[in-house]
Amino acid sequence: MESKPYGMVAEFRTAASVMHAAEKVRDAGFRRWDVFTPFPVHGMDRAMGLKNSKVGWFAFVGGVTGYTTGMLMIWYMNALDYPLMVGGKPMFSPFFAFPPSYELTILFGAFGSLFGMLFLNRLPRLHHPLLKNKRFALVTHDRYFIAIECSDPRFNELETRKLLEEAGSPHIEMVEE
Amino acid sequence: MGAHAEPLNLPEPPRELDRLPLVDNQRGLGWISDRVASLTEGRPPFWWWALLIPSMAGLGMLLFMLGYQISTGVGVWGNMHPVMWGWDIINFVWWIGIGHAGTLISAILFLLRQRWRTGVNRAAEAMTIFAVMCAGIYPALHVGRVWYDWWLFPIPNSNSIWPQFRSPLMWDVFAVSTYFTVSVLFWYMGLIPDLAVMRDRARTKIRQFLYGLFALGWTGSNRHWSNYEKAYLILAGLSTPLVLSVHSIVSLDFAVSQLPGWHTTIFPPYFVAGAIFSGFGMVLTLLIPLRKIFKLEDLITMRHIDVMCKVTLATGSIVGYAYGMEFFIAWYSGSPYERFAFINRALGPYWWGYWTMIICNVVVPQFFWFKKLRQNLVFVFIVSILVNIGMWFERFVIIVISLHRDFLPASWGYFTPSWVDICTYIGTFGLFFTLFLLFVRFLPMIAISEVKGVTPQSDPHHPLGGAKVKEMAGHGK
Repeated sequence: MESKPYGMVAEFRTAASVMHAAEKVRDAGFRRWDVFTPFPVHGMDRAMGLKNSKVGWFAFVGGVTGYTTGMLMIWYMNALDYPLMVGGKPMFSPFFAFPPSYELTILFGAFGSLFGMLFLNRLPRLHHPLLKNKRFALVTHDRYFIAIECSDPRFNELETRKLLEEAGSPHIEMVEE
Repeated sequence: MGAHAEPLNLPEPPRELDRLPLVDNQRGLGWISDRVASLTEGRPPFWWWALLIPSMAGLGMLLFMLGYQISTGVGVWGNMHPVMWGWDIINFVWWIGIGHAGTLISAILFLLRQRWRTGVNRAAEAMTIFAVMCAGIYPALHVGRVWYDWWLFPIPNSNSIWPQFRSPLMWDVFAVSTYFTVSVLFWYMGLIPDLAVMRDRARTKIRQFLYGLFALGWTGSNRHWSNYEKAYLILAGLSTPLVLSVHSIVSLDFAVSQLPGWHTTIFPPYFVAGAIFSGFGMVLTLLIPLRKIFKLEDLITMRHIDVMCKVTLATGSIVGYAYGMEFFIAWYSGSPYERFAFINRALGPYWWGYWTMIICNVVVPQFFWFKKLRQNLVFVFIVSILVNIGMWFERFVIIVISLHRDFLPASWGYFTPSWVDICTYIGTFGLFFTLFLLFVRFLPMIAISEVKGVTPQSDPHHPLGGAKVKEMAGHGK
């Protein structure tokens, strides 16, 4: 099998060191790179220069869809398709239609946020070059990593390695595709 | 910050303002993974089998009882005129109430930034899901002809009749099914990074495959964490109104009716407080033995037990207030039926049910005002069981006592459960504990990556997280 380089992976031992390194990589102008941590490190989004996540839009669209679906469904079923007089109550009123519509708002909003998150993260992705690396498995244990992909226009094996070494990484290696 | 030429001379905060650590003994990040994941590795311990076998026997009994009830009819239950809602609805409300603590811990405490929740939320959410499963059995069977349950959902049928949304019972269908679905989504999303932990330390092929499959290829990428945390926050924000609405809607099943004892406006908040109260009772019942058996004392610390006791005390007191207020409303309403319903609760033929409820729910939790008692695990465990018993009796009081003597003395009656009622209820414990034991055996029962996130090692501004003391001087002090 032909092996193509995927990128350079640098290991870090503490949350502070990986965060400072991320600031350096950000300032060097890289675009195709990422930080890998066992838990979300607070302040890392800023250190990486990430924008606010867009998951909220998915949840919002889901919620609006849910509420509209609930209201329209109940109106159609109880007032239009098969009107049935019960206890002298109106055929349709937003008040009795509210509780089910409210629940559907939450249901669709929840689906929106979970699947929106998975969509934005391009998950599930069961194959990833980094997952083949033995050392990288420690990312779910207690280590922190920065990976810079070779496809980044600023990637240069020597200079990138120098940058990561200066950022304080004790272990740097190349990972294959 | 370098701007300060001289070292800042700020007084140290007093010791009593120091926050207790959330993980005792300064355990490291790797230790947390090892400790939690090791519970699912190797051979299952003896006690696990010793508990699983009776639980599965209970589950078998449940299945038998359901089969018997479905093939014979609801007449096998003790429900009899005038008490047409018996143990089925009591147990439905009881189980679904238990679930509420899990969502309170996972969602509301998350929004309130109660970081201690990370130690207990996974197990509490599992408890929620399994309790809702137990609860769901009852209304499904209570309809009598189980094979028509799908009429509850808006699915076109050959009669062309749609569900009737003016009934709170329909609202309940939507509330409970949404609650179950969203709880599962929330739980699963929290599990994704921890399944990746399990995948990365799996030794056998089958574990690698299954954990790897369900971890969805999680790498711990910060670009992923960024979306993940936002989605988690939104799910918490959606689950908060959800959990409050579910038991409110359950309470509307009663409150919208005209029956004295049910027809009250305080039911929604009173039911929600009671649900959280009973749920914390169950969380304590489950976690006190588990932390001991699994040696999780460093992760589920005495502080966790302490705060959960305080929540129990607070919600128990709200429930006690509601009991008092119900009597006031009955008296103040001027309705002789309302007054009778409440006097009959305390002094009628079911007086023992009412006073069991008062002692277990109102009197017993008051011991939690004392720190010594909150720190006594045996005592807390006993109280937690009494809370569960008390909350079961609360539903008994509301349902059976209100129904057994309504407007016409000619239609009064006395309810006794049948053996099928009792065996079905015991059987739901079999289902619950079977699922819970499988959960503690095969999934990380503590949210590994969340607990890591509340240790000082995870804080880039803490010396244990690698911050230099020089940087500390300017940070937050």
